[in-house]
Amino acid sequence: MSEHLAPYDSPQHRDETAIAGMWLFLASEILLFGGLFLIFVVYSHTRAAGWALGVRHTSLTIGGINTALLLTSSMVYTLGVEAARNENARGTILAGLGAAGLGVTFLCLKGWEWHTELDEHLFPGPGFALGGLQAGGAQLFYSFYFLSTALHGLHMLVGIGLIAWVCLRVYRGRGASLRVLPVEVVGLYWSFVDLVWVLLFPVLYLIGRV
Amino acid sequence: MAPTPGLQIMQRSYLWQDGTVRSWLLTTDHKRIALLYMASITAFFVLGSFGAALIRLHLISPTGAILSDETYSRMFTMHGIVMVWLFLVPSIPVTLGNFLVPLMLGAKDLAFPRLNLISWYLFIMAGALVVYGLFRGGLETGWTFYTPLSTDYTQGRVLPVVAGVFLSGFSSIATGVNFIISIHQLRAPGLTWYRLPLMLWALYATSVIFVLATPVLSITLLLLAFEHFFHVGVFDPALGGDPLLFQHLFWFYSHPAVYIMILPGMGVVSEVVSTFCHKPVFGYRFVAWSSISIAAIGFLVWGHHMFVAGTSLYAAVVFSMLSFLVSVPSAIKVFNWLGTMHGGAIRLDAPMLYAMGFIGLFTVGGLTGLFLASLASDVHLTQTYFVVAHFHYIMVGGMVSAYFAGLHYWWPKITGRMYPEMWGRTAAALLFFGFNLTFFPQFILGYEGMPRRYATYPAQFQVLNVLSSAGASILALAYILPLIYFTWALFRGARATDNPWQATGLEWRISSPPPVENFITPPVVTHEAYDYAALDHPDAAPRAEAPHV
Amino acid sequence: MNWLPEASAHASRVDILLAGLLLISLAVLGLVFGLMMLNIIRFRVGSRVPVSAETVAHKSWRFEIGWTATTLAVFFALFVWAARLYVLGFQPPPGAIQIYVTGKQWMWKVQYPGGQREINALHVPLGRPVQLLLTSEDVIHDFSIPVLRIKHDVLPGRYQSLWFIATQAGAFRFYCTQFCGIGHSRMTGTLIVLTPTDYANWLGRTPASGSLATKGEALFIHNGCSGCHVSQPYAPDADDTSRAPSMVGLYGSEITGADGQHIRVDNAFLHDAILHIGPAHGQAAGYATRMPSYRGVLGEEDLAALIAYLQTLSPSRSSGMGVSAVSARKGN
Repeated sequence: MSEHLAPYDSPQHRDETAIAGMWLFLASEILLFGGLFLIFVVYSHTRAAGWALGVRHTSLTIGGINTALLLTSSMVYTLGVEAARNENARGTILAGLGAAGLGVTFLCLKGWEWHTELDEHLFPGPGFALGGLQAGGAQLFYSFYFLSTALHGLHMLVGIGLIAWVCLRVYRGRGASLRVLPVEVVGLYWSFVDLVWVLLFPVLYLIGRV
Repeated sequence: MAPTPGLQIMQRSYLWQDGTVRSWLLTTDHKRIALLYMASITAFFVLGSFGAALIRLHLISPTGAILSDETYSRMFTMHGIVMVWLFLVPSIPVTLGNFLVPLMLGAKDLAFPRLNLISWYLFIMAGALVVYGLFRGGLETGWTFYTPLSTDYTQGRVLPVVAGVFLSGFSSIATGVNFIISIHQLRAPGLTWYRLPLMLWALYATSVIFVLATPVLSITLLLLAFEHFFHVGVFDPALGGDPLLFQHLFWFYSHPAVYIMILPGMGVVSEVVSTFCHKPVFGYRFVAWSSISIAAIGFLVWGHHMFVAGTSLYAAVVFSMLSFLVSVPSAIKVFNWLGTMHGGAIRLDAPMLYAMGFIGLFTVGGLTGLFLASLASDVHLTQTYFVVAHFHYIMVGGMVSAYFAGLHYWWPKITGRMYPEMWGRTAAALLFFGFNLTFFPQFILGYEGMPRRYATYPAQFQVLNVLSSAGASILALAYILPLIYFTWALFRGARATDNPWQATGLEWRISSPPPVENFITPPVVTHEAYDYAALDHPDAAPRAEAPHV
Repeated sequence: MNWLPEASAHASRVDILLAGLLLISLAVLGLVFGLMMLNIIRFRVGSRVPVSAETVAHKSWRFEIGWTATTLAVFFALFVWAARLYVLGFQPPPGAIQIYVTGKQWMWKVQYPGGQREINALHVPLGRPVQLLLTSEDVIHDFSIPVLRIKHDVLPGRYQSLWFIATQAGAFRFYCTQFCGIGHSRMTGTLIVLTPTDYANWLGRTPASGSLATKGEALFIHNGCSGCHVSQPYAPDADDTSRAPSMVGLYGSEITGADGQHIRVDNAFLHDAILHIGPAHGQAAGYATRMPSYRGVLGEEDLAALIAYLQTLSPSRSSGMGVSAVSARKGN
């Protein structure tokens, strides 16, 4: 085991380092979405009317349900982390599968939402459904909408994959003492994906609706 | 015949212990990854230089000597993209940085060895995509990808190139995370922040930019690719979108990227100047914190690329003032290096010659930067050859000189062999001379009004262009020489001792080349950085007080 | 090779600034290289000059604060000097001749108030203020006149302004200096500065199908603008402004925008309002009809003509108003 510790002094030192690395990576991710939010800040101001027209055409119901799903998923996963700390492998796996399942449901709903939007010709380009004076602004909104939800969806996929990996790891390691660290690190990432959605939800569905 | 002690060191070293290709490609040893990176960026450097050579050859004649307008545009785009993202940005951090960070920290490896290997694979994939895009179809947007040219008006291969640059960003982020966490977590006992070599301060500042600026480039490129692919998007002026927004986002990364390129160079120069003057760096803390402040203020000056782009008067004034401010820490560093030389015992070996070349050329680059930070003069000079000359003074005169300084300085440690000293000095002198001949005429061309990125030009500019091209051929020689003698030295050079330069620093306390595990016994640090008194008189007790501020 | 001429007072002022920067740079460069050489001569290993103890021992923070403060002071002075010159570019003088310049891959199209048009050439009179209104039909270009030491990016879908008073007759080059595709280096032209009499002769000689404003008037009627907007004497009933705002006296006036802020009606505003982009698009409120967007219907040259016509409807304010003049005036 000792050579696996390579650059670290102790297992605790290794875990601390991994957690710090994840936080730094998330700082980087914040800047990634930060650039996207700049687009929102600029155009929701300069092209307010068209932007709001776009917001009004999004499906608040699906968006709301999805927000609830994702918040629940994060909560369930946190229970899993607690279970892992108590050496409860079964609890960890169940919570992980639950969180991942909610995530998959989110993606399915999102996919359905995209599907209806594509049917309604809300994807920007020639033949865009929202005509009239504000067509330009509404298309800017939908460009932003599709790109930001796609990017968030991609993060969701990665997160679900990571959770599956953690569950598999815990499952394979039954009997031996449970390593909490991977569960925690993935938890940090999953919470971040959740947080991004909590910020995206008002931007895509609420601000400018009324 | 019994193996000599020197041969034993070689056989036990990271270089020769396991020579299979597999062991190299799957290594997590930071020293081997550094060498993998070194081979890759050298290849990209050769490729980028080839583009530069064609450009300079073409510009010998006002009507263009060898290329069509289209090929010329593709060539400078290739030169820019390859040099910026596949050579300059990674250069020192991924080669010397990867090799030295754990050694200077007294650690066995970086904090995340596997991530380090992944970053190299990402980089190779990025390079492959970029090269594929640039040579199967090509791209004519310049390395800046300004919209709407890059989204709606180019026939070039935007997608593979942008995808490649996007991937290389993740490689940068991985390296940045690795360095920052390593410097926080893996310092040897006794190695406090103010005992760190200045190279590590510089790499820390660089890594902060890697981690916080690169993602903004990633999202910008994503938006660009979306818009190019679907022909509709957020920068589209036809929808009332704002193409200037792209420039804001792009320069928010790309200006700090300039500091990614120059800060590690400053770190190398601090090490080299101290060693070859045999004297602690003058004003250690000022030099250390100037790295951090350059990184911090560097995030606030992107707008100076847009003084004539149509931003507001107030933005221009604020960005101009901040741009002046960011050059203050650079000036502090230059004066401190000169202060270090004062009263030292100066040896003029090749690394020191390169470092002095850096100081001179970087000063010219920095001073001409003032011409561009000043609003009224920027209006006249921007987007001309003056800008081209200015940033080449920083990036080639500065960064490449520093890279060569570092390569020569740590070559004995990396390979266990000395390079031929006379050839090293000759190449350093050639680089300085050839570089100035290439780029100094371009300052005058810029003042005269010759725009950059022109495939043809009015005949009145020909004399200076020919001078510049002549300089480029000398510069090429100054690049080829080290390539030859380094290769030769790798197999035939004289054996290096553990500390051939009488330098301080943990990396010089272990054998050359280092053993696989770096330190057989974990080191303990009891002295400040650059404590030559302790090196020269190892028995004397460490001085109670810090020798410098 | 001839040295670059200074064809305006501004060019001379920029050159003085550049000379100042050059002097400071040479001084610093001399200092850096001088100190480097001195250090090498005195402190090189094996040099014969003995080193006294006090040259080596020194307190560093005094030096640090000294050179940091000096650098800051010099930089601040340079900043103020250069910024003051730059601000002038945002303040075109009243009475400037407005010339519309449209960039297109890869040529410059120039339209004069008298209706004259030319490509890749710009004729201006000596000693009179000239304001260029720049826009692009495709990608971003940049209009650069080195002899005047001015340039500005040219963006699609909006107006940028450059102004100058040429003080030297002759023919000079102008360039596109923002990379705009493979024909970039062919996108150059000639600035011809003529004495006022020569300029008048040139205008007279050059064929023009009616002045720019006359062309704009025709467009105003042809595209149905006059159906809603009052512009005497063509409006059906000159007092009816219920459908759309009157164009009489509109140019140069200040109106209240949708979110309550004051907007000055200038070239850029009208351009954007006709195409329905930018801050101008929210103006339709309060009238019986909504104005359609003329994007794709009117090209940049048509827009220039229309705006030139609208200017004639407010004779008292019709010149010296630029795009950027507005933002500068707000600040002063």
